Amino acid sequence: MNNVVLKYVIDASDFTRAGEASSDVKNKLKQMNLPPEVIRKVAIAMYEGEINMVIHANGGEITVEIAPEGIIMTLKDNGPGIKDIPTAMKEGYSTAPDNIRSLGFGAGMGLPNMKKYSDSIDVQSEVGVGTTVTMKVNIA
Amino acid sequence: MQEELQIKAKTAQNNPTFFHSVRLDKTKCKGCINCIKRCPTEAIRVRKSKSPDGILENSPKAIITNEFCIDCGECIRVCPHHAKLATYDSISALSDFEYKIGLVPPAFYAQFNNLDDKNIVLEALVNMGFDEVFEVAAAAEQLSEMSRKYIKENPDKLPLISSACPAIVRLIRIKFPNLLTHLSPFNAPVDLAAFQARKKAMEKTGLPSEKIGIAFITPCPAKVTALKYPLGIEKSDVDAVFAMKDIYPPILIYMKHIEVEKIKTVSSSGRIGVGWGSSGGEAGGTLTDNYLATDGIENVMRVLEDLEDRKIGNLEFVELNACAGGCVGGVLTVENPYVAQAKLKKVAKYLPVAISHTDGEYIENAFIEKPIEYKSVFSLGENFMESLWKMGQVDELMQKFPCKDCGACGAPTCKALAEDIVRGKAKKEDCVFLDN
Repeated sequence: MNNVVLKYVIDASDFTRAGEASSDVKNKLKQMNLPPEVIRKVAIAMYEGEINMVIHANGGEITVEIAPEGIIMTLKDNGPGIKDIPTAMKEGYSTAPDNIRSLGFGAGMGLPNMKKYSDSIDVQSEVGVGTTVTMKVNIA
Repeated sequence: MQEELQIKAKTAQNNPTFFHSVRLDKTKCKGCINCIKRCPTEAIRVRKSKSPDGILENSPKAIITNEFCIDCGECIRVCPHHAKLATYDSISALSDFEYKIGLVPPAFYAQFNNLDDKNIVLEALVNMGFDEVFEVAAAAEQLSEMSRKYIKENPDKLPLISSACPAIVRLIRIKFPNLLTHLSPFNAPVDLAAFQARKKAMEKTGLPSEKIGIAFITPCPAKVTALKYPLGIEKSDVDAVFAMKDIYPPILIYMKHIEVEKIKTVSSSGRIGVGWGSSGGEAGGTLTDNYLATDGIENVMRVLEDLEDRKIGNLEFVELNACAGGCVGGVLTVENPYVAQAKLKKVAKYLPVAISHTDGEYIENAFIEKPIEYKSVFSLGENFMESLWKMGQVDELMQKFPCKDCGACGAPTCKALAEDIVRGKAKKEDCVFLDN
């Protein structure tokens, strides 16, 4: 049995496309007899991550692996990196510029929501090099 | 038409929650791809079907997948050959009842030129043979009042998503499981109106329930489906469903002979109730500024996606209508939806804000009986492991397909064909571009 692996290139130049990848994953999961709660968690966690990549990191790559034990999302970017990960994980902490906040984003809930809606999260980051976030949502 | 409905009802007995008003007239279907492209749930394929004795038919025709169809009526709208039809009852369906009640939806008032007094319509219906007419708009404005109360008392359920359009309820049930908890727990206005009309008529006439026949004048096939096979309640109080376009020609004649000074009917709904006939009216009735109202099935799907992704925050109420313009845009109406919207405004102009009230209480039969449950009809396999394997197969097929979405195979997109193949409902050879 092969797991299903989905790859997405996140293009940050067009903001109207932000969220397309997570929407595609969500619609695929809806065809797989999964409990709605699992779909919800993946959709929210991945959407938050995808938006973060667009806003902060000029895009990147997302790989989603659908495996019997769960859904593993790897979000990799070559953005500015996160200086202080524990602070960035705090609710309300935001570095988003005003123009992004005026769109309703940048409330400082991105990483906290990714943590909240995934069953495990790992954030690797190096300033000036990029960030890789790996999230897993368990099935059952 | 009624016979057909009965046959259809019989075949639906095995799977009553997927009964549909929308159906195909095979003799008129040319097998073109108009409907498969426009169906919002990709429920239609153009394929050769097998006759009851197992013989493959000569030419491909549209086949509707029952589990996917939400009765929105888009295919009826777009079919250039009028091969897609809605089933409903013939006007004679009430003749066996001793006391006949007509339920009039607000969209009906929007069908007439220069109408500024809806009592003319109500009186004409009585003259046509109804013993009594009951305005669905009256129940609608009671629901507006109760929704305002519910929104205040249940902040955790917000945004509350309207359950008035049955096509939208059916769409959410099969495609947006995580929004089901936001779906309004109230009955649709027509169901509440039917319940109240029956109760009132029994008190007034002393007749038993079975001698009272209630007919709804529907703007759309989704309402036919919802009344014949309801979700959330065991049985609707509506006995027959008439198409607005069938009632329209005869009522015009009766309306001509009405003398306005002699009208006995007294209308029971105001601007809020009448507003429900047009997109934004129901939301307006919640008296909140924090609402969103969308009409047209494609726009609705986009809003539901965004709601599901929590892209839209801080809303109290969401009104969604499958038809452009709202109920006035239903495929069984006569007037152009936007002209109808203008006409409805004229009807509502001099009405009081509301006439029917609930005095701050939840009234009898306001709520549905059981929550609507998710039906995972789009799953590729019987369980997750099978679906996972089949998803891999779909991916492999998609590498081979040209992604032209030409529709020549009878499926709306290459992806839909790939899904059909893994479900065992089509073959790779159906693709005209693949060298096999």
